[in-house]
Amino acid sequence: MTEQEGGAASDEGGRASSLWKPSNLELQRRKIRSDQNRRNIMIATISSFLVLGTLAAVLVTSPGWKSLTDTFFAWAYGFEILPKVILGFTTNILLTVIAASCVSVFGLILALTRTSRSPALTPFRLLATVYVDVFRGVPMLLIILLVGFGIPALRLPGLTRNVMVLGTTAVIITYSAYVAEVLRSGILTVHPSQRAAARSLGLTNFQTLRHVVLPQALRRVTPPLLNDLVSLIKDTGLVSILGVTDAVRAAQISSSRSFNYTPYVMAALLFLLLTVPLTRFTDHTMRKAIQRQNAQGLA
Amino acid sequence: MTTPVLAIENLRKSFGKDVVLQDISIDVPVHTATVFIGASGSGKSTLLRCINLLDGIDDGVIKLDGIEISDPRVNSDEVRRKLGMVFQSFNLFPHMSVIENITLAPIRVQGLSREQAREQAKELLIRFGLSDKADQYPDRLSGGQQQRVAIIRSLALKPRLLLLDEVTSALDPVLVNEVLSTVRDLKHEGMTMVIATHEMGFAKQVADEVCFLHQGRIVEYGPPSRVLENPTDPRTQDFLKRVHEAGRL
Repeated sequence: MTEQEGGAASDEGGRASSLWKPSNLELQRRKIRSDQNRRNIMIATISSFLVLGTLAAVLVTSPGWKSLTDTFFAWAYGFEILPKVILGFTTNILLTVIAASCVSVFGLILALTRTSRSPALTPFRLLATVYVDVFRGVPMLLIILLVGFGIPALRLPGLTRNVMVLGTTAVIITYSAYVAEVLRSGILTVHPSQRAAARSLGLTNFQTLRHVVLPQALRRVTPPLLNDLVSLIKDTGLVSILGVTDAVRAAQISSSRSFNYTPYVMAALLFLLLTVPLTRFTDHTMRKAIQRQNAQGLA
Repeated sequence: MTTPVLAIENLRKSFGKDVVLQDISIDVPVHTATVFIGASGSGKSTLLRCINLLDGIDDGVIKLDGIEISDPRVNSDEVRRKLGMVFQSFNLFPHMSVIENITLAPIRVQGLSREQAREQAKELLIRFGLSDKADQYPDRLSGGQQQRVAIIRSLALKPRLLLLDEVTSALDPVLVNEVLSTVRDLKHEGMTMVIATHEMGFAKQVADEVCFLHQGRIVEYGPPSRVLENPTDPRTQDFLKRVHEAGRL
């Protein structure tokens, strides 16, 4: 912050007259600012060391620490079974890619249906509302169980019994409802005057949506959509309950064989490897979006 | 007598119990400008929105080139293609550059090729002294520049009639002039216009007819020399006096 101010000041000085030198008062102020800065850094460092150090000390000196590290952090064993967990994790990634693609299409259709005003779409609007209410309101685990065990129980010919397909379907069903709501809120935040301007140029309702409303809406909801993507990656782990050998299931198999929980930790680390960078990226886009919005003022 | 570009007969419009326009009847012949003046809330903007079919009307008839457009069976998209509208708040599309803003409708609505549309847009930008802004985004432009781009955007469709809704109300006095001189140029080129404004000096210069609206009714209607300089109705006199006191004449 202080650097920026300094930069701007010297710029201005350069333009106004090369003779400008900061006054004594300004020099004094700069010294005070840099003193304050140094003090703040010191306080932050000391408090971090205190808090984090205490936490670490409490953990390491706790009576169960030794047995905990043996059962959860047996690194040698962990690396031994890592290939199996990684193999399982590729299933999670595959599932995420398939689900995310289907969800973006299905979620968009739901959102457009709910925001449309066409009288012909009234029944669909009603259905879409009920759909979103139901699937946003039920734990995803239940949907996975219902789809995973319910559909095969129907014994309809031609319907799959493949747990991978059923699990993915359940994830798509649930996440479409989440994403539809995010997209809908984005569509609703585009000011009506934008629509009026587009319509008065003779664009049809659909063209207005396609070229004016949606591009702006999508830009605004990119951060929450990325959030949902992070959640989706994690939640693909839930399909392990149907017996899909994903990272969670692979870890479960290994750990039940050795009575050691390190495989779970390895699986967790794999998820973090993917979700942490994505979360950082989400934060970054969110900050940029806020800056952009503030710069635009009313528009 | 030739058919006026726009003819309104006994238009009435209300929002719920609120009657915002009643007994509105005007003719706007080709190449003329009709200017609506009146206090905020007198119904000027609503009238323009009704003409552009953005708001429905309760009663009366609106005709464009002799064809009734207030008929619910007409295709409103086709009607709007013949009308240009410029808003008080510019309403440029923030996610598009200046040239994309201008070419969107010609490409999507009129089916011009991208090259044709860009060519035409560039000509317009040169004509209005904005050719260096073609690839800028709206948030990099001043209010006056944004509004001129908005005017160009509606001109790109070669409208029969241009509707200007308080196009200078969101601008500071210096920027007002650049926008007004653009509108004056259009008037000289023979554009038929309906204008709502608070700028009385400007009204005097471009108007063929001035219409004073008060509480949704036309109180006085005639050439600017009469309505603005020798108003007969006490409400017009009172309004103009207050405008004068505010230093806008």
